[in-house]
Amino acid sequence: MNQDSLLKSAANGNRRDLSRLLTHLEKGMKLNLPEDSPSRKSSVMGITGPPGVGKSSLIGRIISYWKSRNQNVAVLAIDPSSPRSGGALLGDRVRMESADSGELVYVRSLSTGGQPGGMSSSLISMIELLSYCGWEKILIETVGSGQSEIKIVAFADKIILVDGPDRGDIIQAEKAGIIELADIIVINKSDLPGAIKAAESIRSSLSFADGKTSPEVVLVSAQRNEGIDELMDLVENCDSPDWRERIKIQERLISLWDSRLLSSPDLNRVISELQTGSISLDDALDDLAR
Amino acid sequence: MKIVMAKPGLDGHDRGAKVIARSLRDGGHEVVYTGLRRTPEEISRIVMDEDANALGLSTLSGAHDVLVPRICELLRETGMGNVMVFLGGIIPDRDHENMFSSGVRAIFGPGSRTDEILSFLDEANSRVESGAPIGVGDEDGWRWN
Repeated sequence: MNQDSLLKSAANGNRRDLSRLLTHLEKGMKLNLPEDSPSRKSSVMGITGPPGVGKSSLIGRIISYWKSRNQNVAVLAIDPSSPRSGGALLGDRVRMESADSGELVYVRSLSTGGQPGGMSSSLISMIELLSYCGWEKILIETVGSGQSEIKIVAFADKIILVDGPDRGDIIQAEKAGIIELADIIVINKSDLPGAIKAAESIRSSLSFADGKTSPEVVLVSAQRNEGIDELMDLVENCDSPDWRERIKIQERLISLWDSRLLSSPDLNRVISELQTGSISLDDALDDLAR
Repeated sequence: MKIVMAKPGLDGHDRGAKVIARSLRDGGHEVVYTGLRRTPEEISRIVMDEDANALGLSTLSGAHDVLVPRICELLRETGMGNVMVFLGGIIPDRDHENMFSSGVRAIFGPGSRTDEILSFLDEANSRVESGAPIGVGDEDGWRWN
């Protein structure tokens, strides 16, 4: 089946064909969505935070929350691929109890390897496709363990940063700048000792931020299903600051630039020339951007 | 290959499935693990949503005679006849023929080596490249063991 008929069928609710199209996009293919289509606006929520803080469990709860309100939700869960073998073990579904249960939920696991044009640019197309196919709520899960999570700003309308009690990782998050971009900071595992203290120390560190509206800090226990309704109320009612929109556009521009650069047919030649030292980095960039 | 590793039915031991998932990852495959106690309907939906090329089933409970044919049938019914199915766990010899005729292409019992499973996937891959059928809905009688 060609892309056009796949797209038509996916837009009519065929999951099998939606999955196939997502695979195309994952492999770096482009997809032209019809421009005259009625624009369906989805809300895209990014969930990030260090490994092991309970992002997937929290997403499981958020899925149930929306499902019980009869809203459909699509999840893209991103895990790193092994740099050595290129393989990946994608286990986020295990912790999303409600992920496999019906027409209203679509969950797709993605690995960071294998996108010739970079992860961000294929993600942007995937989100556009899901939105075109009528998925109202879109959730993106990324592991944030360094500076890369800042990219989440390129595709998410709302960003939730998740942390656990007494991890000290929030300092890392602060370094990476994500804390300023978050709309809401969730301290998960609120049933464990130290959670309240962690929330307070984050609140106090945020209170030093000058001028900008600082994110709300919420205590949640995904395991015990506590604090989810409060969190979702905040999510629906918080307005992201105007400057976020500018950063979003800027990040999208950078992603597209990266993607063009990485998928240039001259890339290998230019890298070899750089390796032998016959051209400078500036020359190389001019060459590729021509 | 993109492979879904699934635990159908009620048994609660998934050390084996996890070891296989890990070694397939180290062999360069993309593996999605479902977690325990999935129904045939859930498993076929996961394979669909993930657009996987292969499905590995692990079962120790003795219910393979019911679960495995049901899963294979669901895959065929929902347009996923091109997905390859392989099986591991406790599958008595006398049940092997029934499993193979349901559409399973390989069975790996206790004592199997992970490199053998990787060789099986390599061969499956080269069959796909040469256009030879390996899917659960394909008639061709190729099987690994």
